[in-house]
Amino acid sequence: MVPFDLLVAVCIGYVIFLFLVAFAAERRADAGRLGWLRSPLVYTLSLSVYCTAWTFYGAVGYAARSGLEFMTIYLGPTIVFVGWWWLLRKLVRIGRAQRITSIADLISSRYGKSNLLAVIVTLLAVVGTTPYIALQLQSVTLSFNVFSAAAVEGWQVPDRTATAFWVAAGLTVFTIVFGTRNLDANERHHGVVTAIAVEAVVKLVALLSVGIFVVWGVAGGAGDILDRIDASPIAEWQGGGGRWAPLIFLSAAAVLTLPRMFQVTVVENSDERHLATASWAFPLYLFLMSLFVLPIAVVGLSTLPAGENPDLYVLTLPLAFDREGLAMLAFLGGFSSATSMVIVAAIAVSTMVSNHIVMPLWLRLRTGGASFSGDVRTVVLRARRFSIAGILLLGYTYYSFTGGTEALAAIGLISFAGLAQVLPSLLGGIFWRGATLKGAAAGLVAGFGLWAYTLFLPSFEGTWLMPAAVLAEGPFGIGLLRPRALLGLDTGDPLVHAMIWSLGVNTLLFVGISLVSFPSPMERLQGAQFVNVFQHSSGPGGWVGGSAAAEDLSVMAQRILGPRQAQALFQEAARAQGKEGNLPDPTPDFIDWLERELSGSVGAAAAHAMVGQITGGAAVSVEDLLAVADETAQIMEYSSRLEAKSRELSETAAQLREANDKLTEISIQKDAFLSQISHELRTPMSSIRAFSEILRDSRELGPAQFQRYASIIHDESLRLTRLLDDLLDLSVLENGQVTLHEEPGNLAEILDGAVTATASMATERPLAIRRERSAENVAIYTDCDRLRQVFINLIGNARKYCDAAAPELRIVVRTTADRIEVDFEDNGSGIPEKQQSIIFEKFARLSDQSAAGSAGLGLAICREIMRNLGGSIAYLDAGSGTTFRLTLPRRHVRHAA
Amino acid sequence: MRAAQRRALFLERRSYRRRRLQDAALILPVMAAVLFVMPLVGLGTGPGETGSTRAAGLYFFGVWFLLILAAALLARRLRGVRPTED
Repeated sequence: MVPFDLLVAVCIGYVIFLFLVAFAAERRADAGRLGWLRSPLVYTLSLSVYCTAWTFYGAVGYAARSGLEFMTIYLGPTIVFVGWWWLLRKLVRIGRAQRITSIADLISSRYGKSNLLAVIVTLLAVVGTTPYIALQLQSVTLSFNVFSAAAVEGWQVPDRTATAFWVAAGLTVFTIVFGTRNLDANERHHGVVTAIAVEAVVKLVALLSVGIFVVWGVAGGAGDILDRIDASPIAEWQGGGGRWAPLIFLSAAAVLTLPRMFQVTVVENSDERHLATASWAFPLYLFLMSLFVLPIAVVGLSTLPAGENPDLYVLTLPLAFDREGLAMLAFLGGFSSATSMVIVAAIAVSTMVSNHIVMPLWLRLRTGGASFSGDVRTVVLRARRFSIAGILLLGYTYYSFTGGTEALAAIGLISFAGLAQVLPSLLGGIFWRGATLKGAAAGLVAGFGLWAYTLFLPSFEGTWLMPAAVLAEGPFGIGLLRPRALLGLDTGDPLVHAMIWSLGVNTLLFVGISLVSFPSPMERLQGAQFVNVFQHSSGPGGWVGGSAAAEDLSVMAQRILGPRQAQALFQEAARAQGKEGNLPDPTPDFIDWLERELSGSVGAAAAHAMVGQITGGAAVSVEDLLAVADETAQIMEYSSRLEAKSRELSETAAQLREANDKLTEISIQKDAFLSQISHELRTPMSSIRAFSEILRDSRELGPAQFQRYASIIHDESLRLTRLLDDLLDLSVLENGQVTLHEEPGNLAEILDGAVTATASMATERPLAIRRERSAENVAIYTDCDRLRQVFINLIGNARKYCDAAAPELRIVVRTTADRIEVDFEDNGSGIPEKQQSIIFEKFARLSDQSAAGSAGLGLAICREIMRNLGGSIAYLDAGSGTTFRLTLPRRHVRHAA
Repeated sequence: MRAAQRRALFLERRSYRRRRLQDAALILPVMAAVLFVMPLVGLGTGPGETGSTRAAGLYFFGVWFLLILAAALLARRLRGVRPTED
């Protein structure tokens, strides 16, 4: 038999061993040699806090009472972990991106960093966890009693509450020492996690050893065990009486929402890839933990006396077969399960309590620059230590009031159901952007209330807050409000009944109110960041103010993170901004980043509030959104300017193309003209040569013939001369070398001369010229001969090219203060638009017909003359007919006057 | 030229496989849930319709172990995968 003091000594030795392990791990981590501390194996083993003393001892008792149903508690987590890719991976990514410190922090952060939600979830966690801690204390005390009761010396059994008290006190010390050593920005506790991993190994080895001993030491192997199952009272399986599927669902929800599970899964996760290993290794751990539960239960049922508590078969079986060593190992396994659960739960819940209840209160009470006075760091740590002690004290108090009663045994699933109330808000928050703060708050409060009313309070069987009469008859005798058959719904099972009501109403309210309410800007920003966490693991957080002084932020950060770490962070940020010195600019990016770092220590809501006090910004306001909109407007303006530029460029390009087309056309025309002019020169030349040869060689020419040939030669030479004159004239005019003979004259006289000069031209259709003599009587001072030349050209063109049946030319003269305009309008078909641009070019000829004798230089000469006279000539596209407008300045006229 | 084409085909195949792996990772928990609840169908409908703990226990532990194997295989291959969806 095991002496009681040996038991105590082993316990204390074990605890000292854990201290050493945790201490060594912390030292390794401090030295930066993380190595295996961050291995997926340690991560997976730390997840085993799921298996508490309730599952270590209780699973066997559960199996002895209801057969296979105990498995549901492990099957739910298996489903969740096997499906890590779509849920846990996202949770862990969000946890890392947003520096989440607890499940309450996650919910609060998602719904616009609302402290209200954080407080609700924290309260839920405290109410749900406290009985659970009491349950662990009870199991440790019970296991102590097993040994002391069996002691032959009749050992004085210490008071059971005293045992529980010392266990609670020891755990408090351990948790405070290793759980609040540092306020790390990423809130990881290497020492604790390593100790938990060691404990995980101890409980697995303990349970497997007992299992192997039972199967092969007591029973005759696997086949015998199966036969014993058939012979046992639990041989039949009814499918759990409607509890099977709900229990799987409940345990799946619990593995996500239990504060201690969230702590080890999300907060303590150092590498997302560890999840991949945990996805199969953790289910395997659970598999091994439950493999021998049923064998131990049936062997216990068949070999131990009927009065034995099946919850303690793991201990009493080895003792019954005088295996004290094995019993001691099993005891340590149970002790490990209890302590690891209590430690992690205390850390998780105390983080919530200090971040979401104590710190906001403290900030509120010390208004006016709370973050500037006092050391926030010590305040946070002290708050957390007091919270840990407080939670364990609560657990102990709870135990000493209710301990030993049957009520406590059921508390495991009741606690699961309570924390499962967070599930709708959690899943809705990370997969649905439409989830709002109001919906989440309504769902949580209603679910919490219904859970308390239908499950939690009735679980005391009328001993506490809810009298037995209310339980049986309903409050004030209203039967419809009976807690275990609300509105007449009686499922026969209080747990399933409570789940349907609390989770059902919770989800309905959450979804319904989310659908009809409108989220604040902050909620929408956070919602987008959570739901689309894989798209932007960093993003807008909302500090647009930028009025914060970097010194103030630095002082505050030092008080939260500690001087060394804060300075390192600030220097790094300054370097990233490319600045010398230790203080970065308080840009919105930097403030955002700092807030996330701080929220790793004090939670999102508190960090937001503290940074807010310094920067003076009130999260995301309408003004900020307007500023964002303003920025967008600027970008739009800039892009429209770019557009204008590009339009301009394309216009220039079009002009260039046009010019190029024109050049090409002129070049073609020039080529055509050159061949034309050679032809024009060649024709008179060849006739001159032919006739002069005749004159030279023929002796029998009569005088009449001689006369005719000589005049032909003369005419042809004249034509040549005219052509060459034109070319010469144009070249002189273009080079500006012309000398003008300016003299006073009268426009009407010049026109008369021009009309007379062109009258001699022979045409098929006579051209009628309409003039307005009164308007033409304008005194003019210019080179009259040159002007007449222009007129002759224009009238001659009309004679030659006007294709109307009855050609008609109107000459209209208009006089303004400083200009004289002369329009020549004919009634022909005009000039095609394509050619309007080249008519003033040299060598331009519109068509080959009726072009005989013209070299296409006329209009080019006109343009050059007008330019030299200080005026201009333009073609007016008047719609019908051809209209040329000459413009002359009247300056010369005034000189003359 | 040929080598480049074959290489492109190879990459395409790989990303295709990766997509299917992710599909499998999404289906696995659904399958787990179905397998864990399926034996309930047809159970407890009549007074004599009860299953034996022995058979059900063997079934559940068997399915459980197979799921762990499947998850381990998937996890090995999904480990280095950068997600393409979401």
